[in-house]
Amino acid sequence: MSILSFILLSPLLGAGLIALWPREQRIAIRAIALATTSLSMLLAMWAFAGFTGATEGLGGFKYVHRVAWVDALGIHYLVGADGINIGLILMAAIVSFAAVCVSHSIKERFKEFHFLMLLMITGILGAFMSIDLFFFYFFHELALIPTFIMIGVWGRGEQRQYATYKLTLYLPLGASVALAGLVLLYIQSGAKTFDLVALGQQLEAQPLRPESQSLIFGLLLVGFGILVSLWPFHSWAPIGYGAAPTSTAMLHAGVLKKFGIYGLIRVAVPLLPQGAQAWAHLLGWLCLGNILYCGWVAMRQKDLNQLIGHSSVAHMGFVFLGIASMSLIGLSGAILVMIAHGFLAALCFALSGYLWDQKKTLEMEQYGGLLRQTPFVGALLVMAMMAGCGLPGFANFAGEVTVLFGAWDSLSGVVVGTAWGALVIGALYALRAVRRLLHGPIGAQSEAMSDLPHYWAKLPYVLLVGCLLIFGIFPGLLTEKIRGSMDGVVATMEKGLQQDVILLANDTPEWSQLED
Amino acid sequence: MLADLWTPSAYKSWLGRVSAMGLAAILLGSFAMEVTETIAAFGGMYVLDGFALFFKRFFLIATALVLLMSSEYAKTFRNGTGEYMSLSLFALSGMMFAASANHFALLFVSLELITITFYILTSFQRHQTISLEAGIKYLILGALSSAFLIYGIALVYGASGTMRFDDLREISATLSDNPLLLTGLLMILAGLGFKIAAFPFQIWAPDVYQGSPTSTTAFLAVGSKAAGFALLMRLLWVAVPDVALRWEPLLMVMAAITILYGNLCALPQRNLKRLLGYSSIAHAGYLMMGITAMSLNGSSAILYYLGGYLFTVIAAFMVIILVMQQTGAEDIIQLAQLHQRAPGLASVLSLAMVSLAGIPPLAGFFGKFLLFRAVLEQASVHRAYYILVAIAIIGVVISLVYYLGVIRTLYWEKQQLVPEEIHISPVSRFILWVCAVMMIYLGILPNRLLEAANAAVESLKL
Repeated sequence: MSILSFILLSPLLGAGLIALWPREQRIAIRAIALATTSLSMLLAMWAFAGFTGATEGLGGFKYVHRVAWVDALGIHYLVGADGINIGLILMAAIVSFAAVCVSHSIKERFKEFHFLMLLMITGILGAFMSIDLFFFYFFHELALIPTFIMIGVWGRGEQRQYATYKLTLYLPLGASVALAGLVLLYIQSGAKTFDLVALGQQLEAQPLRPESQSLIFGLLLVGFGILVSLWPFHSWAPIGYGAAPTSTAMLHAGVLKKFGIYGLIRVAVPLLPQGAQAWAHLLGWLCLGNILYCGWVAMRQKDLNQLIGHSSVAHMGFVFLGIASMSLIGLSGAILVMIAHGFLAALCFALSGYLWDQKKTLEMEQYGGLLRQTPFVGALLVMAMMAGCGLPGFANFAGEVTVLFGAWDSLSGVVVGTAWGALVIGALYALRAVRRLLHGPIGAQSEAMSDLPHYWAKLPYVLLVGCLLIFGIFPGLLTEKIRGSMDGVVATMEKGLQQDVILLANDTPEWSQLED
Repeated sequence: MLADLWTPSAYKSWLGRVSAMGLAAILLGSFAMEVTETIAAFGGMYVLDGFALFFKRFFLIATALVLLMSSEYAKTFRNGTGEYMSLSLFALSGMMFAASANHFALLFVSLELITITFYILTSFQRHQTISLEAGIKYLILGALSSAFLIYGIALVYGASGTMRFDDLREISATLSDNPLLLTGLLMILAGLGFKIAAFPFQIWAPDVYQGSPTSTTAFLAVGSKAAGFALLMRLLWVAVPDVALRWEPLLMVMAAITILYGNLCALPQRNLKRLLGYSSIAHAGYLMMGITAMSLNGSSAILYYLGGYLFTVIAAFMVIILVMQQTGAEDIIQLAQLHQRAPGLASVLSLAMVSLAGIPPLAGFFGKFLLFRAVLEQASVHRAYYILVAIAIIGVVISLVYYLGVIRTLYWEKQQLVPEEIHISPVSRFILWVCAVMMIYLGILPNRLLEAANAAVESLKL
């Protein structure tokens, strides 16, 4: 039993306990939820700190736990951590804890909400730590129905129904397309297993034909792209986050959305390098769509949640750019942006959730002068918006600049557009939001706003901002862990790309001839 | 049936429970026997191999649960409870024969035994027009399909000179271009297609599902469909494998249209039983995908899917019985805010809907996963399978709309109905628990059933 399985089991046990607990005892239910997620968080921090090198363990993975699940299909419950996902697991655990902290304002059906939330957290954590492709997909889908019910029951706004259905139809569509891609990968590799490490070894020895790679990568790109709100499949995201209750938005935008990109980096790029190369250029231009288009739309938003939703879609453009660059620096930058954005989105939604709880509206025009009324919250909001712009000192800057450097060689035009889009447009809507909400005369809704009362209420926000600052000032904490494993991924990718050259030289389609 | 004569009316429901316990005993006995090689009887007409054993156990479980269900539902029967139970047992025997049929005569006899019994079961509530109407529709269309079936059998016999599947297998290689044989097989396919409610033989399904007494609907949804598939699989793989392989395009088109038809027509439905009727058409389409895969993996996927489908459908219909027996109506709106009146029922129905939609971690997901895998395995050989998978994905997304619509009504429908207490008897509780546990079990720990399914299809000699 590795530490990762404990991290996973903790919220699952919590969900089971809550399901059986009598619903009147709100304090007990809340205590269970907080205890289990804080346990996960502490264990994740410990695992992160103790992760020193990616060379031990199975295929470069540490903390491996393997249980045979379905022998006939080669499915195993296989969890493990390497440099790429240890940071993501940490981020997921911290954001989960923060989400649970923030959900104290739920009034009705307390027990069901916490049960669903813990179930969703289990799915999220499991998805990031799985090295078996089947369970990778399985855990992600596990989080889907709780999301649907949470947005439907506890959501806000008149567009609630529409948002719920859009989310719950679009996401499984993407997931099914990705599943088709994963199953095709499983079948065509001939590996008879969903174990990523074994698949990797099999495909290194016997790569797939470029056309197959292209097809499967395309399926995975579209499927995972829908899950990560790649432009033009992004329309579910802002409306969904606008309608979702705070904790759900934090968990979904902060963590669950990263699943698709993680899938691409973990599965698609190393195992299907020629497919990746075929699609890289298109991907690069699509992420411009994310950054510029969604940034532009974000500028016009009057509602804070919609603004944050659009800006989070825009940030995903950076991550895709990192993938499209297909370079070590670019890919590492993508992971950095993912982790940083996880904290950022969670923080933003937590803050907007705080405003909503008090005033039941997020029209930015109606606020104003919040910095005087609620200095703590106001300061956090400033920091969050600045981090979103890419201000150095916050983790986002480290990630974004790494991606830009990494992408320069292959996609310089896109890089120019991105830099402009991210800096100028991003600064525009972020600063405008800051001005409208926090500065100026005290608006109608800002009257009688109370600040965060005591230390315990401030804890989740401080935690999130703290992580942004720590990883912004010391990005090496993350990159030195990422680098070790990313080296391996990139090496596999490069080797796969080389095969192409050999093929062309020989000009035969027979892979067996490569054995010579 | 005999016991019915001396049972006082208050205890009639016990007939169902006793027979269910008897079936459970037979089921346990079936696990004691090992089938290592095919045992044949009646001149090769009746075989007992792994495939037959799997389906027999399936039918035993299904009937046991249905009998328990109907012992709850029996309060709505004015009279004839004993007959209802015994008719269900007759249907069961028809299904058991169907699982073992290796001869056209036995295929026909078992099919007719099932269908005729169901004619009566669907129209059992004689005082309700809708039940009688369902029975008449089933009767007319069933008689038509039986006509097709028997004529097809006659043509096949005329072309090949034999009705035994084993003998037909040897001859079919030489006869695969014979127009008489092909026409006959097409007509047999029509007859079996009626049973499984595949396009274009599915018209009867929604009306019959809606009109029948709910426990009959459950039995129909599970037992009748599975019997149809068992017969179809044995016919295609054992009797005429060469012809079957050439019929890929036909079966693929059938499967695709069935999926789309079932899902699209289910969208506007307001009556829950009718919705489940259309959704069962869609599920027949998914199962047909497994047939088009023409592989061992495809067939074991069908078996696994049916296993998960069994518990899911029984759970859904059990909740319908419990909720509707007070109001008498069956609209989805009756379920509004069920989670307040009966949270356990609401969660079981939600589990059933999620499993039908094919979302982890439930049984329906793993079944769909196996089917997708079987089809994708063939896709690298024939491009057309990609289209089938794409249509299946579209079907799944469409089905999410109405399945989640039911969940939505359960949890956050705005209309408030009179919150009456719903009484759940111990037997109902038992059924719901069994189904819920099995849905989750088959979704999380699929190993056992998957191995059983794989072993079962070995005997199909595909």
